[in-house]
Amino acid sequence: MAEDASGGGGLTFAPLEQFVVRPLGGEAGDPVHWYTITNATLWMAIAVAAIAGLFVLGTQRREMIPSRAQSIAELLYGFVRKMVEDVAGREGLRYFPYIFTLFLFILFVNYLGLIPTSFSPTSQIAVTAVMGFGVFVAVTVLGFVLHGARFLGLFWMTDSPLILRPVIAVIELISYFVRPVSHSIRLAGNIMAGHAVIKVFAGFAPLVLISAFGVAVTPLSILAIVAIYGLEVLVAGIQAYVFTILTCVYLRDALHPGH
Amino acid sequence: MEGNIANMGQFIGAGLAAIGSGAAAIGVGHVAGNYLAGALRNPSAAASQTATLFIGLAFAEALGIFAFLVALLLMFAV
Repeated sequence: MAEDASGGGGLTFAPLEQFVVRPLGGEAGDPVHWYTITNATLWMAIAVAAIAGLFVLGTQRREMIPSRAQSIAELLYGFVRKMVEDVAGREGLRYFPYIFTLFLFILFVNYLGLIPTSFSPTSQIAVTAVMGFGVFVAVTVLGFVLHGARFLGLFWMTDSPLILRPVIAVIELISYFVRPVSHSIRLAGNIMAGHAVIKVFAGFAPLVLISAFGVAVTPLSILAIVAIYGLEVLVAGIQAYVFTILTCVYLRDALHPGH
Repeated sequence: MEGNIANMGQFIGAGLAAIGSGAAAIGVGHVAGNYLAGALRNPSAAASQTATLFIGLAFAEALGIFAFLVALLLMFAV
């Protein structure tokens, strides 16, 4: 189906081609091809290196009047710390390092993915599913370790009428197990949709070369790319924020299952 | 006119799934609009509710993303 979508009138539309994970070295079929890193791995590694660089640089000389790197590092730290404290409570701060790691990784991968010709690993459901299901497993195990069987009280609403409680328990149980799915697909879907939209408008941009309509369409599509790109800068930050704050919400449920 | 009926079904299905994006847009607008209405009535309480706002937006938006995913699956994976 992918080849049907491209072509037609000389314009090429392949909005999803940018999400193909490719090994960086070797030819298709030879053994080297299978053992080299892919573009997804490369950009994740770049993101991790950038985070490490920022925080090593930022905390090297801790001054009263912070340097630029130090204030960025401090702002990020303070922002996420306050979020964890507000949403998950003071006990949640014990798990702050995990949440901060998730936030920084998603934020940096999202922003690095916005560099033209780069690759954003968060558009791969495989990548976000590992993070989403990781949070799910961690939170569930934590709930059972802290509260034992009382953690199941999360599904048994004691403040609703007795006759409704089994029905609500089933609904709560389903919604609990849908959480990791929506948690991971939300991030991947947002990033993928945004990048695909940019690519669709980019497909219209060369119309001026082949048709008279292009005089009107090309400037419009280039303006649209700029506008959508601006929106994507916003979305990249907001999605990192949303993923983190939902992690905090799930963590709060594990820490205080009795509503 | 060429192509087969299965392709036609794929394209129609993908187009129908795109309606879900519009529905999600209504939901997101509803959340943001109500937040703004509440925030303008009581601006001092607005800052403490931004986290709730984003959680609500995320939940409303996720279902639109699911619709988009169904459209993508129909176009490229079926």
